[in-house]
Amino acid sequence: MQRLVIVGASLAGLRAAQAARAGGFAGDVVLIGDEPHRPYTRPPLSKELLGGGQTAEQCALPHGTLEADWQLGVAASGLDREARKVLLGDGSSTPYERLIIATGCRARSWHGPGAELPGVHTLRGLDDSLALRTAFRDSERLVIVGAGFIGCEVAATARKQGVEVTLLDIAPHPLLPLGPEIGGRCARLHTDHGVDVRCGTSIAAILGEGRVRAVALQDGTELPADIVLLALGAQPNTEWLGDSGLELNAGVVCDTTLTTTRDPDILAAGDLTEWPHRLAGGAIVRVEHWTTAAEQGQLAGRNALLDPEQRSPHEAPPYFWSDQYDTKIQSAGFPALATHMEILDEEPDQGRLVATGTRDGQLVAAVTFNAAKRLMAYRRELATPGVGAAG
Amino acid sequence: MKVNVDMNLCQSHGECVLVAPDVFDLGDDDVLTWTEDVPEDRRADMEAAVNACPMMAISLED
Repeated sequence: MQRLVIVGASLAGLRAAQAARAGGFAGDVVLIGDEPHRPYTRPPLSKELLGGGQTAEQCALPHGTLEADWQLGVAASGLDREARKVLLGDGSSTPYERLIIATGCRARSWHGPGAELPGVHTLRGLDDSLALRTAFRDSERLVIVGAGFIGCEVAATARKQGVEVTLLDIAPHPLLPLGPEIGGRCARLHTDHGVDVRCGTSIAAILGEGRVRAVALQDGTELPADIVLLALGAQPNTEWLGDSGLELNAGVVCDTTLTTTRDPDILAAGDLTEWPHRLAGGAIVRVEHWTTAAEQGQLAGRNALLDPEQRSPHEAPPYFWSDQYDTKIQSAGFPALATHMEILDEEPDQGRLVATGTRDGQLVAAVTFNAAKRLMAYRRELATPGVGAAG
Repeated sequence: MKVNVDMNLCQSHGECVLVAPDVFDLGDDDVLTWTEDVPEDRRADMEAAVNACPMMAISLED
C-alpha cells in the first residue's frame, strides 16, 4: 500500500494520519477536509472558546512534523470504488489505495417556520462558536432548543455571560440518555443558576421580521428571544457515500476492526462509525464522543496498514464528559442501554454523585458528577472482558 | 525525558492514567500527580498520553 487517503480532517482524521506515520508508513498520506481550518478540538466550542476564556488558536490540535498532503476547504462529493477515487466538490478527484472515512457529523437542522431568520444559530464548528460568542455580546435573551449536552453546556456558558436563558426539550428531562434520575438533577442544576428549564415542550415556530424576536411553542406560549440556538443533536455526513455501495445506516457500518462491511480497503473512524460493541452485547453502536473519535482514528490508521485478518478491534468503553457550571459530568459505557440506573453515592453539598447503569443485572455504564477517580475505576471495570450486556 | 502537565489545563479526565498508570495517577481528591523524569524507552507511551489528553495539557521535553 502506497497511498492512504483520509476524508475528514478533524480529530479522528488527524489521529489516523499520525498513527499511520507512527506505524512506519512512508507512502502518501492525504487529508481532505471541508473546513478551511487545520484540525481543532471541539469541546471548548460550547465552553471555554464560547465564553471567551480561550482563543481559536488554543483550540488547534498540535500535529508537529506530521508529513501529509493537506487538502482543506474542499468537501468530498462522492466515492467511486471501482476506480478507487474520492470525488471532490471542486470537480477534481484523488486516487486511494486504502481509505479512511472520518467525515463526522453536522448539527441536525430544523426546517420549521423562521429557521432561516438572522439570530438563529447551530453549533458544530469553530466558526459557529465564534459567531455565537459575538452574538452573546448584544443579546439579552437566548432560547436553546434541545437540552442535550451542547444545549446544556451553552446554557451554562451563556449564564456566565449574563444572558437570560430558556432551555427547551421535548423530552421529560435534560440529557435524555442518562435517565430521569440524573437528568432531573441536571435540570435542577440549571434552574439553580437561573435558567428557565422547560421540558416536555416543543417548538412550533421562530418568530420575527428580519431577525429573531420570539420562539413560539406548540402550546401557544411565546418566549421572547434575541438569539436562538438549535441544539437538536448531530447527523452523520454520509451523503457523499450514497452511491458508493458501502453499507450505510445512519452512519457507515463497519466490523469490530472499523473495516467497512463491504470493502476491506475502506475503514471508518469517529462520529459516523457504526460498529458492533462487546459491552453492548455485540449490538451495533455509534458514538459521538471526543475520546472515541481519538481512539478510533488511531486504530483505523494502524489497521489500514494491515491485512484485514491482522486488524485489531475497537473495544474501549465509550467515555464522555460535560462541564456545566462547577459540575463535571462524566460517563463511561452505554448509559442509554441501561434499564436501571442506581445512585450509589450522593453528596449534594459537594455536587458529587456516583451512579451505575445495569441491563439485566449486568453493568453497562457509570455516571458521576465531580468524582473523576471513581469514574476512572468504572472505565477500567467496563473495559474488562466479560463485563457488559448479554449478547 | 521530562513530562510536563499544565495544571491550569488538566481537568482530571484520567486518559493519561489509563495509558501509563505507573507514571500518572489520580489522587482521592481527583487531582493528577505524575513522575516528571521518565526513561527514554517509554517515549511511545508518553506520546500516546500526550495524544490521549483531551485538554492538550501534557508536553514532553528532551
